[in-house]
Amino acid sequence: MASLTDPPRQSFRLSMLFNDTRYRSLTFQAIAAILLALAIWYLGNNLIQNLRAAGLNISYDFFGEPAGYDINQRLIEYDSQSTHGRAAVVGILNTLLVAFLACITATVFGVIAGVLRLSNNWLVAKLMAVYVEIFRNIPVLIWIIIIFTIMTAVLPSPRAYRGDDATHSMLFDLFAFTNRGVYIPGPTFTNPIGGIGISWLLVLGVLVASFFGARAIAARATRIQEQTGERPTTWYLTLGVWFVPVAILLAVMGLTWNVPELRGFNFSGGIKIGGPLIALWFALSIYTGAFIAENVRAGIQAISKGQTEAAGALGLRPGRIMNLVVLPQALRVIIPPLISQYLNITKNSSLAIAVGYADITATLGGITLNQTGRAIECVLLLMLFYLTISLLISAGMNVYNNSVKLKER
Amino acid sequence: MPTDTSVAFVRTSEIPPSPPPASQTGLVKWLRENLFSSVGNSILTLVAIWAIYVVLSATVPWMVNGVWTTSSLAECREILQGNVGACFSVLTERWNQLLYGFKYPTDEYWRPNLAFLLLFLAAAPVLFFDLPRKLLLFTAAYPFIAYWLIWGGTIMTPIIALLGFVAGYFFFDRFGKQNFALGFIGGAVLALFVWIAGGALIPETANANALLPAVPSRDLGGFMLNMMLGVTCVSLSLPLGIVLALGRQSSMPLIKWICVIFIEFIRGVPLITLLFVASVMLAYFFPPESTVDLFLRVVIMITMFSAAYIAEVIRGGLAALPKGQYEAADSLGLDYPQAMQLIILPQALKISIPGIVNVAVGLFKDTTLVSVISMFDLVGMIRGPILASTEWNGVYWELLGFAALLFFVVCYGISQYSQWLERRLATDHR
Repeated sequence: MASLTDPPRQSFRLSMLFNDTRYRSLTFQAIAAILLALAIWYLGNNLIQNLRAAGLNISYDFFGEPAGYDINQRLIEYDSQSTHGRAAVVGILNTLLVAFLACITATVFGVIAGVLRLSNNWLVAKLMAVYVEIFRNIPVLIWIIIIFTIMTAVLPSPRAYRGDDATHSMLFDLFAFTNRGVYIPGPTFTNPIGGIGISWLLVLGVLVASFFGARAIAARATRIQEQTGERPTTWYLTLGVWFVPVAILLAVMGLTWNVPELRGFNFSGGIKIGGPLIALWFALSIYTGAFIAENVRAGIQAISKGQTEAAGALGLRPGRIMNLVVLPQALRVIIPPLISQYLNITKNSSLAIAVGYADITATLGGITLNQTGRAIECVLLLMLFYLTISLLISAGMNVYNNSVKLKER
Repeated sequence: MPTDTSVAFVRTSEIPPSPPPASQTGLVKWLRENLFSSVGNSILTLVAIWAIYVVLSATVPWMVNGVWTTSSLAECREILQGNVGACFSVLTERWNQLLYGFKYPTDEYWRPNLAFLLLFLAAAPVLFFDLPRKLLLFTAAYPFIAYWLIWGGTIMTPIIALLGFVAGYFFFDRFGKQNFALGFIGGAVLALFVWIAGGALIPETANANALLPAVPSRDLGGFMLNMMLGVTCVSLSLPLGIVLALGRQSSMPLIKWICVIFIEFIRGVPLITLLFVASVMLAYFFPPESTVDLFLRVVIMITMFSAAYIAEVIRGGLAALPKGQYEAADSLGLDYPQAMQLIILPQALKISIPGIVNVAVGLFKDTTLVSVISMFDLVGMIRGPILASTEWNGVYWELLGFAALLFFVVCYGISQYSQWLERRLATDHR
């Protein structure tokens, strides 16, 4: 009778660190850890030596010191006596402003171009293909410069609007396009409730409340539909909930429009949108719009024709086929790349520095850095800001992806 | 033949088919179906025609009346006498500056030109698989030849760099078959040894009496700089991206997290902040007495940037492979490097090609950003020396249009190539 014996226990040998799968991954990780520590030590040591040689230290005190430079385009109060910290906040708000505006318009351009590219109209489809190819294949920096040049070199100066023989006149007497910027009417309140800022917050609050009101109405309609089979007509209720409260609030606070006027050599009143902001906003919109158009086209084409036909066979009307069958599936394909395009817009808005729009890169990473010489602190904070925004957006995208993911087995 | 005449009328032959109505044939039909099929469509068509007319009526006379031979904008205006017309003479007069920057020695223009021509020869076997594989040897030697041509200086530098790589490769070829890690690390150490030993051999005065005069990096500029940054960074970031992607998939937690943090950090910040790092911050991290020139620092940062994006594309390709492929490789007894090299990567890279090309095109467009940190690439040249000069102050459209055209040609060409490659590599049956 044969007896099985255990193989002889191998004693540990050094070569097993490389050859035995049980130990190999530990060896590699140990090597990686040592290399990483060495690299960090080497770089850190160099940094300390260089800083000592230059007589510098790492300090963020400069945020409390007066900045000493002006910013034309700003959302909050700021003057040259404000601190570098406040300049950075102005920059952050400007970045968020241009990113927000560009995301909206890029989506509009992209959806229109993407849908039209699938149109039956041969000419329009070809035109949209040309638009997409031209804008995708030329650097966004060149587009920003081109549109900035249009803003500064082609548009007339405010002087051209002056006098009896003015060569230009305001559009509808409301808008003025000049090489110093575009002037549009701005809303103001004659009797605001507790300051202008709080008034706007109130308006926003009322709109949020309206949103929840509208949702409650829709939920009630669905409940009734499920009980009785008939959906009550709600569109006038929804419309009322959206518009009546906000209209009442605005009327109470005395909303008036402050129209820009020509005083002396320049326009005053209304809202001035500076040339750099417009250049950046528009260039980012058309450039990213071309990419979004491709995403939209891919999303729509990803839905097979059978889906539409099946929905038709179930007796759905075309509008409902679009709303209930095609769009929910297409959006699942479109939205993730769309959000990463939004991320790209936010990151590309850092090109503002090329046209002198005071975003965070131009204030913190540009003038503040040059004035204080605090390169390491400024660049690190700049990166931290963009990193935070990116991580927030991708976190939001993950939440969305998980909520619309196909639920299988 | 029926001869019965009692029937009033019998047709003995078929009527020839009448031609389709005019609205159902030829051009008219095509127009009706494609341009005027409904009211909405007709309106769209008219709007499109109007848009095309507006664009063409503005640009065609401008281009046709273009002036090519003057030496300043003022002379252009004199010739045009108020008519609409472009002043293309800025392109002819500043042609060299646009292509090579304003400091590259004029007598040496043939060097970047030759390097550019050789680039096609070197890229050809990589891009088109039908060409003889022997050509890849030239591709491997190309970086060293191009370096020597563009920067000049002593020929010893590229030769020793090449020797280091060759030594490392032979070591890896000899020992890497048995143990990948041993071969790889040993090869790297040997290459390092060759570089240090060879570097010590180059005499101090070698640059002074070199065959090709040395050109410092800060003298590079124009579209040449864009091309150099684009080609260098794409080719360096591809292997780095593969390593990062594999690292991110790794089962070793430490390696995995290093790769994840690197990729997510780089992808979360704009390229411009990384260029700031290159221009103002990176110098602090090098040894105190060393002076690493700006070009190299920018190449490091752009390579890291695009490597992170390429890594994500390849990770997508790796994730798209069915798990069976990994298991099949394991069951054949292949170890990790073999499985990756023979089974996984060829398939994963094939899936990733469109994404990689997108990253490459994006990277090439992003090389214009170096103008922000005051390097004089094509855009930097236009905005800096050319538009600031008294002769050409105000010639925006010709210059910007030229820059746009150059980038369009290259980027569109690359994307057309990628579409061809996708069709070529499609091995599934349809």
